[in-house]
Amino acid sequence: MGCAKFGERWSAGADDLAVEAFEEALADANIDVSEIGAAWLGVAFDTVNIGPSGIPLAMALRLPNIPVTKVENYCASGSEAFRGAVYAVASGAVDIALAFGVEKLKDTGYGGLPVRTRGTNWDMMGVVGSAPGHFAQLASAYRAKYGIEKDLFKRAIAHVSVKSHDNGAKNPKAHLRKRVTMDQVINAPYIAEPLGLFDCCGVSDGAACAIVTTPEIARALGKRELVTVKALAVSTSNGWELQGSGWDGSYFHTTRVAAKAAYQEAGITNPREQLSLMEVHDCFSVTELVTMEDLGVSENGGAVKDVLDGIFDADGKIPCQIDGGLKCFGHPIGASGLRMIYENYLQILGRAGERQRPDEPVYGLSHNLGGMPNQNVSAVVIVGREGA
Amino acid sequence: MAVEAARDCLAGRDRAAIARVVLASTSHPFADRQNSTIVKEALFLSDATAALDVSGSKRSATSALIDTFHAVAGGAGDTLCVAAERNVAKPGSEGEYNSGHGAASVVVSKGDGCAKLIGTHSVSIDLVDHFRKEGETFDYNWEARWVREEGYGKIVVSTIIAALQKLGVDARKIDHFVLGSSMPKISEYVAQGSGIRPEAVADTLGGVLGDAGAAQPLILLSHVLERATPGQLIMVVGFGGGCDVILLETTAAIVGAAKARGIGGYLEDRAPVDNYVKYLAFSGLIDLDKGMRAELDQKPILTAQYRERKSVLGLVGGKCTQTGAVQFPKSPVSISREARAIHTQEDYPLAELPAKIVTFTSDYLMFSPSPPAYYGNIEFEGGGRMLAEIVDVGEEGLDIGTQLRMVFRIKAIDDRRGFSQYFWKAAPERRLSNRA
Repeated sequence: MGCAKFGERWSAGADDLAVEAFEEALADANIDVSEIGAAWLGVAFDTVNIGPSGIPLAMALRLPNIPVTKVENYCASGSEAFRGAVYAVASGAVDIALAFGVEKLKDTGYGGLPVRTRGTNWDMMGVVGSAPGHFAQLASAYRAKYGIEKDLFKRAIAHVSVKSHDNGAKNPKAHLRKRVTMDQVINAPYIAEPLGLFDCCGVSDGAACAIVTTPEIARALGKRELVTVKALAVSTSNGWELQGSGWDGSYFHTTRVAAKAAYQEAGITNPREQLSLMEVHDCFSVTELVTMEDLGVSENGGAVKDVLDGIFDADGKIPCQIDGGLKCFGHPIGASGLRMIYENYLQILGRAGERQRPDEPVYGLSHNLGGMPNQNVSAVVIVGREGA
Repeated sequence: MAVEAARDCLAGRDRAAIARVVLASTSHPFADRQNSTIVKEALFLSDATAALDVSGSKRSATSALIDTFHAVAGGAGDTLCVAAERNVAKPGSEGEYNSGHGAASVVVSKGDGCAKLIGTHSVSIDLVDHFRKEGETFDYNWEARWVREEGYGKIVVSTIIAALQKLGVDARKIDHFVLGSSMPKISEYVAQGSGIRPEAVADTLGGVLGDAGAAQPLILLSHVLERATPGQLIMVVGFGGGCDVILLETTAAIVGAAKARGIGGYLEDRAPVDNYVKYLAFSGLIDLDKGMRAELDQKPILTAQYRERKSVLGLVGGKCTQTGAVQFPKSPVSISREARAIHTQEDYPLAELPAKIVTFTSDYLMFSPSPPAYYGNIEFEGGGRMLAEIVDVGEEGLDIGTQLRMVFRIKAIDDRRGFSQYFWKAAPERRLSNRA
């Protein structure tokens, strides 16, 4: 796998970032570019980016006229690219496939994600809210559901950010590498109540990729330790949360569906005991907190306590965002899903340097979330040691 | 404002009986798009409803009302007559002190009502006290003393006297005298000249509302009807390019009339803006840097606007005839999780249903003319949900479960193409507190 340095890459274009991530992956895989049979490109904002279709990736990497498919599924685009590549190999259509994600958000001129239309009908009848505004609603609903006092909840979500900054400080590829204190996080100005500045992930440029193949071909290429794909699950809202009755707004219905499917596929029966690491979609601190329940690693209503108890800290039971997460990498949309898988890959292979988890991780889960709480797509990818 | 006034007027009334909508204003949002039809759509009236825009002078509402009386008498069917005015004054002008925006609405029918028509009288004389050329934003005004003496003192007074003679009514019998004008004390001046008792002069609401132009006579009439008793004579006068006089008599039905929020209720609920720059910003009178987030290009898709007009303008959702599930907007396949029901939804109006907050936030990042922007998931009583902007949030703020009512508002303004996109937003229900 490969991953570019994330950040405000003012002097790099999307093609520079793509090549940076790809050359690392190519060297890691120890193959020639001509051996790649198909590629999937995850990118979300093509108008300020590399342009439509698979052509920009093929041009940037000078791929040998193979099929390149562009996928866009909001913030789950990177995971979608990975799914396409893995399915292509699993189906036997190609021996080696490339999953790629890239985004150049710092060319938009915005702080935060650019505002864009969500389609004709949404423009007439929906709400043009900001991403923090949409996700902040989780907090009001969650607190009401479990009767959690405002200050306690704010402290819990602040812990999420403090923890990620501690982790990101150790990661040379992270965008934000400074630690922050609880007081800084709690007292930062509101972006969307109750989310303050440090409850929101950054906006950055980045690229990440995976070259996937079968265990047999990998061994033939001289690989000894293999990281294999255990599960790939995607769930897309069908409108129930937004239009139907019954959803209380405090959790992600799709994440629960995707997690269930992924655990079944991977043979995981007790995620809290079996998962070694998690990289979840912490676009906002509150998202990470409720996701702990959606993934079944916390009991419903128990995430506040688990977070404050440090269960998801780097030295806790199941580290979450041991690389710094979206919080410190920023969120170049198309790249994020693959950046998460990249960290699990490094950790399982024992290559994560200063931030390496010492207890030989077995299963790494990554979770990607696109859209907004009431209309979204969730992706859960579990990778692990071969044979686990 | 027109829709809000009409909804208040129609509260508890069978909308199916409305055959015609007349909308009077000198500040219609569209110069060429039937504005009264937008009101009709927002009220979810039958497509077989006639609609008419009236404009041209500050007496357009009294002229529209007179025309409505004639039309109904001639068999036009129950008519909703609405007047709305966005009376924008130039910063620094006298009008800035005394102009206001407002709307009022009445239903005219052949049946019993809270007031009946005694008669009307009109004159048309081109005295130009002020004018506004097509496409201009602000009025140009002539000397107030001349308007007072020649306009009100002669034209209005003589029209009133002629009307009283024509209708055989003694001026001293008038119980409520309504005259829409921005000039202070002008009602007393005209009443005196016409022989109307000073105590009959209705409160012009100059200090709390200001002069809402064409809408003012109907606003004041509505305000008077809130406190009138049976058997009282009400005179309504409109001035502009001539003069209209309408004489009404309240009936016994006024006692039992369904109490709406009324002008009094709206005035009680007002939230003063005590910052002049904020007022200028809200009125669109200063060129603000709205930031990049306001650059979103939401080009109106007129085909979709037409296709979805019931949803967009009427807030009409769907109710599944098979499962009973309510949803917004309607869709080919029902949202119900109980059954895969296709093409089973019937129209289900949501605008008048109470709703409550399921989730919410206050967003300081997205562009809003009045930040922060409040929005959240809301659920209607009886089912059905939507993500809605929440407006008119007072100091008490919002909470999960806060009761809401829907309001028809401008959703977005497309400056590039000059199109105002209307849609429904939610407002805290406390504003209905004085409803009977």
